[in-house]
Amino acid sequence: MNIKDFISKIEEEFEDLQPNSLVPSDVLKEKFTWDSINALIFLAHVNVEYDVEITAEELIKSSTVQDLYDLVESKVQKKA
Amino acid sequence: MAIFQVPNINIIGISACVPEDVYSNYDYDWIGEKERETLIKTIGVEKKRHAKKGTTTSDLCFEAANELIEDLNWSRSEIDLLIFVSQSRDYIIPATAGLLQERLSLSKSCIAFDVSLGCSGYVYGLSVIGSMMSTGQIKKGLLLTGDISTLNTSYRDKSAFPLFGDAGTATAIELQDDANAMKFNLQTDGSGYDAIIIPDGGIRNFAEKETSFEYHKISDGIFRNGFNISLDGIKVFNFSLREVKPNVLKLLKESNIEIDNIDYFVFHQANKLMNDTIRKQLKIDADKVPSSLKDYGNTSSASIPLTIVTQLGKEVESKELTFLLSGFGVGLSWGSVVLQVNSIVCPPLLILKN
Repeated sequence: MNIKDFISKIEEEFEDLQPNSLVPSDVLKEKFTWDSINALIFLAHVNVEYDVEITAEELIKSSTVQDLYDLVESKVQKKA
Repeated sequence: MAIFQVPNINIIGISACVPEDVYSNYDYDWIGEKERETLIKTIGVEKKRHAKKGTTTSDLCFEAANELIEDLNWSRSEIDLLIFVSQSRDYIIPATAGLLQERLSLSKSCIAFDVSLGCSGYVYGLSVIGSMMSTGQIKKGLLLTGDISTLNTSYRDKSAFPLFGDAGTATAIELQDDANAMKFNLQTDGSGYDAIIIPDGGIRNFAEKETSFEYHKISDGIFRNGFNISLDGIKVFNFSLREVKPNVLKLLKESNIEIDNIDYFVFHQANKLMNDTIRKQLKIDADKVPSSLKDYGNTSSASIPLTIVTQLGKEVESKELTFLLSGFGVGLSWGSVVLQVNSIVCPPLLILKN
């Protein structure tokens, strides 16, 4: 996986986000409503897309897009 | 345990009853308009039914069962087994099944008892009633499932209030020598007991004036007391995405059935995001996965039969269909069954007037 695809898929998933609007250093809370509903939508998205499970604690620790990518990427690595 | 089979048992009728009052989630003003729109879109629940205070799950199940007995032309004296699956009983004691036995004018030789399960309750209930009847002595049985979940849900809890609706259902089961075996895969993980819980009012946390009745702020937009349903959304979500798919696939594999051979997959109606994700994981076409979430919400152990009645009622009355039914949630408890139905009795949804 690479971060460019990761970002474009997130932009597709959330209505609030325009294509090519996110960069890795963006803080999630500043770019869109990073609330419990959107957290669930994100969990569902990475489950179907990458077949990984993320806990509430792990999500809370992620503040930037890069953090999220690193989290998902490390889980994908572990599975391989 | 491995997959187990229950032979010689057929479902011959299904009915469902909901209370008259409709609640629209568009009127849920505890949260702002934008959050409400996102919430409704994500959970897929626009409307749901709310029972009036004092109306019980057994009232709804009684209406459903009474109609079904009439439509089947069953003699009440021949019904030897009644199982009530619910987590919203009439009284702390006694069991509700006895009240229903009396109210439905069933004989004193009728076996009647309660099973305390929610989301997985319909599938578990079928396994219990089927196993008891397949021994060959009991010819006719009633499985009654449902819950009133709206009464003990806090209005000031955005994570629970918009989800739940009330419903009661009845399923008529008959011993028939030529029936195809029902095949079950049932599972449990009690380590997640607190993922969906009403903590107070049982024996562990007996009702206390000082602690049980007081509302506490849990997080933004979530206030509850000890008698309210508490939902750990992410925990339940991760559990469902982790466990349902392998449970279903194992059942299909060990039953030598392909996904294509199943006419309909009827899942417990948890919420739209969860159900859509499970459907995508299993790569099933959307038109094989009916849903009643939009108009009735999450109706606990009633959700599978309610979905059959409201979405497939005409088809089940005239066709032979292979179903995979799957329930998952509170317990944590989950399970699936593959079964056939052939031109069963399925009256239109019943409404209990106030």
